[in-house]
Amino acid sequence: MYTLKNKYMKTIKNLALVLFVATLFTACSEDDPEVVNEEELITTLTATLRPSGGGTDIILKSVDLDGDGPDAPVISVSANLTVNTNYTGVLKVENETESPADDITIEVLEEDEEHQFFFTPTNNIATVSYNDMDEDGNPIGVQFSLATTTAASGSLTITLRHEPMKTASGVRNGDITNAGGETDVQAVFPITVQ
Amino acid sequence: MIKKIFFCVLFCCLSFTNNAQECNTILKGTVIDYHDGTPIYGATVYIKSLNKYATTNFEGKFKIEQLCNGEINLTISHISCETKNVTVSIEKDTYRDFFLEHHIESLKEVSIVSTANIKSKTIQSTVLKGKTIEAFSNQNLGDALKDIAGISSINTGNSIVKPVINGLHSSRIIVMTNGVRLQDQEWGIEHAPNLDINTAEKITVIKGANSLEFGGDAIGGVIVTEPSNVLLKDSLYGKSILSGQSNGRGYSFHSSLSKSTKKGWYVNAKTTLKKMGDFESPEYVLSNSGLNSKAYSLQTGLKKFESGFNVYYTFINNEIGILRASHLGNIEDLVNAINSPEPLITNDFSYDINSPKQDVTHQLVKVDYYKRFKKLGKLKVQYDFQNNHRFEYDIRVGNDRNKASLDLNLSSHAITSSFKFDAKSDEKYKVGFMGAYQNNFANPNTGIKRLIPDYDKYDLGFFTIGNFILNDETTLDVGFRYDFNAINAKKFYSKSRWEERNYELDFSDLIIGDFNTQWLVNPKFQFHNISASAGISYQLNDENSVLFNYGLSNRAPNPSELFSDGLHHSAARIELGDLRLQQETSNRVSANYRFKSANTSILVEVFFNDIRNFMYLEATGTEQTIRGAFPVWEHKKTNANLFGADFSLTQNIGSHFILKNISSFIRGKDIKNDRNLIDIPSAKTLNSIGYTLEKWYDFSAVIESEYVFRQNLFPNNNFETYIPTTDTTVLVDVSTTPSSYHLLNFNSDATFKLSEKTNLTVGLTVTNILNINYRENLNRLRFFADDLGRNYTLQLKLNY
Repeated sequence: MYTLKNKYMKTIKNLALVLFVATLFTACSEDDPEVVNEEELITTLTATLRPSGGGTDIILKSVDLDGDGPDAPVISVSANLTVNTNYTGVLKVENETESPADDITIEVLEEDEEHQFFFTPTNNIATVSYNDMDEDGNPIGVQFSLATTTAASGSLTITLRHEPMKTASGVRNGDITNAGGETDVQAVFPITVQ
Repeated sequence: MIKKIFFCVLFCCLSFTNNAQECNTILKGTVIDYHDGTPIYGATVYIKSLNKYATTNFEGKFKIEQLCNGEINLTISHISCETKNVTVSIEKDTYRDFFLEHHIESLKEVSIVSTANIKSKTIQSTVLKGKTIEAFSNQNLGDALKDIAGISSINTGNSIVKPVINGLHSSRIIVMTNGVRLQDQEWGIEHAPNLDINTAEKITVIKGANSLEFGGDAIGGVIVTEPSNVLLKDSLYGKSILSGQSNGRGYSFHSSLSKSTKKGWYVNAKTTLKKMGDFESPEYVLSNSGLNSKAYSLQTGLKKFESGFNVYYTFINNEIGILRASHLGNIEDLVNAINSPEPLITNDFSYDINSPKQDVTHQLVKVDYYKRFKKLGKLKVQYDFQNNHRFEYDIRVGNDRNKASLDLNLSSHAITSSFKFDAKSDEKYKVGFMGAYQNNFANPNTGIKRLIPDYDKYDLGFFTIGNFILNDETTLDVGFRYDFNAINAKKFYSKSRWEERNYELDFSDLIIGDFNTQWLVNPKFQFHNISASAGISYQLNDENSVLFNYGLSNRAPNPSELFSDGLHHSAARIELGDLRLQQETSNRVSANYRFKSANTSILVEVFFNDIRNFMYLEATGTEQTIRGAFPVWEHKKTNANLFGADFSLTQNIGSHFILKNISSFIRGKDIKNDRNLIDIPSAKTLNSIGYTLEKWYDFSAVIESEYVFRQNLFPNNNFETYIPTTDTTVLVDVSTTPSSYHLLNFNSDATFKLSEKTNLTVGLTVTNILNINYRENLNRLRFFADDLGRNYTLQLKLNY
């Protein structure tokens, strides 16, 4: 009986060893992992400003092709703004790591109640108002108007908030202070009005 | 004289067939100690049917004459031994050896797995048992351990609670459950141990790396949870615990049922269900902080003294809501959240758990077998398999709304074997080996870059431990362990990150693929780790004893420290690992002084831990992205010193009152840069007065005061950042610690006998009686919301 048990134990040990080696073996034959291209990545924010009296569009662009990577976004402003001019603005957010670029503005508009763009100018370079609204009658900001008065230079910050409290005080009028929510996009454009 | 432990068991021998009638046969025999083969003097051998007695002499021998051939029932007993019956068949004069067991403390209740050397007297350890654990039936392992001096917790909210031993946590702590080392992605601060506290009957916390059997990398310590004992008798028993609590409007239900036989067979099943809604601070609802938990376990086996086996399966699933207001977009959101006195999002109470949340399932299968060898020792072989599947859900938009952002599946296999040489009572050795394989799979279907890459990991370890009783007062333990770890990962790096880290200089040979904006990289690292421990305990007299120990341990960097690479929404930060990290080395010395008299028990524990290449996560700057700016937190290394003292006092006053004090103090210093270490627990003192009245339904009531001092010694990681929407530069205060706080808690229970075998215990617990607002330094959500307000818990416990 004693030796029998001993044998039994040895079998268990051997079995365990075989199992262990087997797992080691299967482990080595694994393929390379699949690459992930981020689906919701926003790389590019483009604001197109069209002067009301005609003329060349002014393009404000922020491009960050490495997403959350270390490279800072590249900010560009195609031309200076003109004094006492009204501009009709359109915003576009895209994922340019895909080809063709994925237009994320469509998703923003599909869930327009959960999104709002905010325009924050400094040094009174311009005033911005909304030209669009969601189903609840609250602004979105994909369509907007921008008006300049006197010559000045400063910056225009464009922020896209996800799940803002659109009914909070001032938010409808474009004041971000009480908006809450999470920032999906934020770009600061240096602007000169002359 | 060392008191031998006199619980014994008898092992029956083989039988021969017989058929004869003459009644002058002689049975001779020797009663022998199973372990060391020495004869046992003074054992009584009794044949009830014939009313014949014999007693063993100094050589352990006995003789009974005038027996009839056939089957004889012998009853063999010894001082303090459980009396055992053995049947022997004789057909002629017979000589037989009978083996008795001397060294097991209680064989009436033997633990299913005598896990290891944790009975050692030379380590700093504390044990929690039955009733204390049951009081936390509706909570977590981390909550239960906080009443031990020197143990605190690091939390993400109040459902994700990680134990901290003397300031160290996560990968620096090993959690053992029923003999298995838990492999559940323990590296992350928001990854709590996947363990149902109700499966533990006994929890031992070992401070420091002196339990080499479990692993060589437990720089902080080891938490050993063991299941309930098996009764070696024919029985069917169980218990049910039902708890309801006001804060979170939640309930928890636990039930267990066990069946055992005298022959040692047992089967046991447990289940725990918990459901909590949003918890509440004194002034507002902590929206999306609910919890759904399901846990099941089943085990069966055979427990005999000579050999046995255990098969164990557990399943646990936790779906845990993360405070909605802690999910942030960029640094501006972080500044807004920190500066807001209340969370920016508070909704009405709800049981719903929405994103952000985590959903983690852990499964464990274990098979073990042991066998004792006469005059030699005990062999144990074990195989375990664990699968940990973790989903984390962030707030997402569009079609990905309900898709997990993180989907990691970690599978671990381990084989362990040990042999304990315990033939000599004053000199014992244990040797063992461990082989483990682990695979992590990060599902690419999340559509989000992997935070932790796919990897294979191999571990091989050998250890040897010696335990020597030098004299009646002195015990010495010495241990040595070698571990080999190899990790083979396949990870995508964005090319910009690869360059920013300067990896192209050192690691360009690791690149195995070019994917447009990303490199596929194949890091293969190997680590050799040596660990050693030595401890000595000395009994000065009946009341006073001291122990000293030393531990050397090495811990290889974990996958998170090496490979982390991505954005953590819950903290609005980018976390980066470092491929250049090497293992950290800890040298820890500690000492205990214990005083124990009939009414007073005092324990003073001190330690000093020097850690070279100490790995930690700290803010290093900010990075601009299209979302705005983010703070960057990097896994870095330095040399660190930790030292501290833990104090416990229990004083009985009369026969009804009991006073307790538990206090701990710890300091952590970065000695390379002469700074304070981050995330060091605050000094804390717990004082309680308890009243018990056994004759009145075993009544007890305890009022407890918990005072947590402000942590004044913290590193300053604050930084300035420009907030474009307000056109201002602000200081982002991620360092300043919350104020000290004082909580009052109350607990009372009484037990009512419903029938012969059925008891009902009713317990009432009130925490944060004064309903004060407070924030705890080691709760990662302290930036966003206050901690829990007052809570009433009613617990009904039925033992049957």
